[in-house]
Amino acid sequence: MRRIVMWFLSTVTIVVLLFGYHTSTSGPSTASNQVISSTQDSGTGLTTSGTTGSTGSTSSTGTVTGPAVNTRWGPVRVQITTSGGKITAVDVVEYPNNNPRDQEINSYAIPQLVQETLDAQGSDIDMVSGATVTSDGYLQSLQAALDEAGL
Amino acid sequence: MSALAAPVRPRRYVEHVMGMPISLALRGRHTDDARARDAWTEVIADLRDADRVFSTYRDDSFVSRLARGEITVADCPPEVAEVLELGVLARLQSGGAFDVRRPRPDGSVVLDPSGVVKGWAVQRASSWLHTLTGTDFCLSAGGDMVCYTDDPEGDPWRIGIEHPLDPSHLVAVVPIRRGGVATSGTAHRGQHLVDARTGTAPTRVASVTVVAGSLTWADLDATAAYAIGAEAAAWLRDRPGRTGLVVWRDGSVEQIG
Repeated sequence: MRRIVMWFLSTVTIVVLLFGYHTSTSGPSTASNQVISSTQDSGTGLTTSGTTGSTGSTSSTGTVTGPAVNTRWGPVRVQITTSGGKITAVDVVEYPNNNPRDQEINSYAIPQLVQETLDAQGSDIDMVSGATVTSDGYLQSLQAALDEAGL
Repeated sequence: MSALAAPVRPRRYVEHVMGMPISLALRGRHTDDARARDAWTEVIADLRDADRVFSTYRDDSFVSRLARGEITVADCPPEVAEVLELGVLARLQSGGAFDVRRPRPDGSVVLDPSGVVKGWAVQRASSWLHTLTGTDFCLSAGGDMVCYTDDPEGDPWRIGIEHPLDPSHLVAVVPIRRGGVATSGTAHRGQHLVDARTGTAPTRVASVTVVAGSLTWADLDATAAYAIGAEAAAWLRDRPGRTGLVVWRDGSVEQIG
């Protein structure tokens, strides 16, 4: 079990870089250096310290701040807090906000409220997003009507 | 802008995989030729591969064998570790509301990474469609989709968001060029999402839609926000790079973005 935890410690940073950041880069310009915190209550009474910088990984409780890693979206830095060998928090202390193209795309893709009856002929839409449609429910769905129209 | 362009009817393809309808819309250079059909074949094969590895409905899938303790993560294809790591991240970032390990009434814990797999698998499968140069695509699996326009300034895909309390109505339209759109709710399948912190189903939220750079994270965040329940909109607002929509059970709607 402990091996798995330690393994997560080493991999979680990489995963944050690979996946968490893909979308995080597109935030508003105020996003720079904002801390995204995700604290897990481990029941140990641990208070996450505001420490920045590496305190070393040998102590049972502490924070480790990784190096700024250059991704295709810009520099990313992650801080992990551990207690008793368990990850109790993953904070992203630095992420890029200097990609105007990404910002533009996401600020543009905002849901616009409408009051429309679903109608494959009348609605100017390409696909429908909703609670997961199963194959059984598909035939009654608007998506089926849209697909029908294009087949 | 859309008024200037002549409406182009996308070419559409439909198949059923993992008990879900998979819909593809293509427009542009390769929509109905051998290249388009080959890419579609690869997308479906890729999703079937994911199903063979991850299905909790198949006793012989790697994940089912892993859940029974017959094998370890190291014995599985590398994508199993990748999906489980995503599950850990989603749990940490949602304060535990999202978890791939669920407690059962008898106290045992069941491993069910389905909440990660869908968006991840469709995002992965969509990479085959990038072989279609000069072509826009929108790939949807049961209402969650990856969108792409070849021209980053081109006509966006228009995604209708179904009203969770009245599936014959749209509640919103998202114009999107490149990114993922996912909606979590219970309109078609009944109650199936629970808050992993309490094991109970959220009561105030009817559906959550999330728009993100990838479907992997749109889907994770939509599921997590739904599980978070009453705090869904506040949580989503703090997620960088996301936009979205929360529809409450009282019929009120909150935009995020």
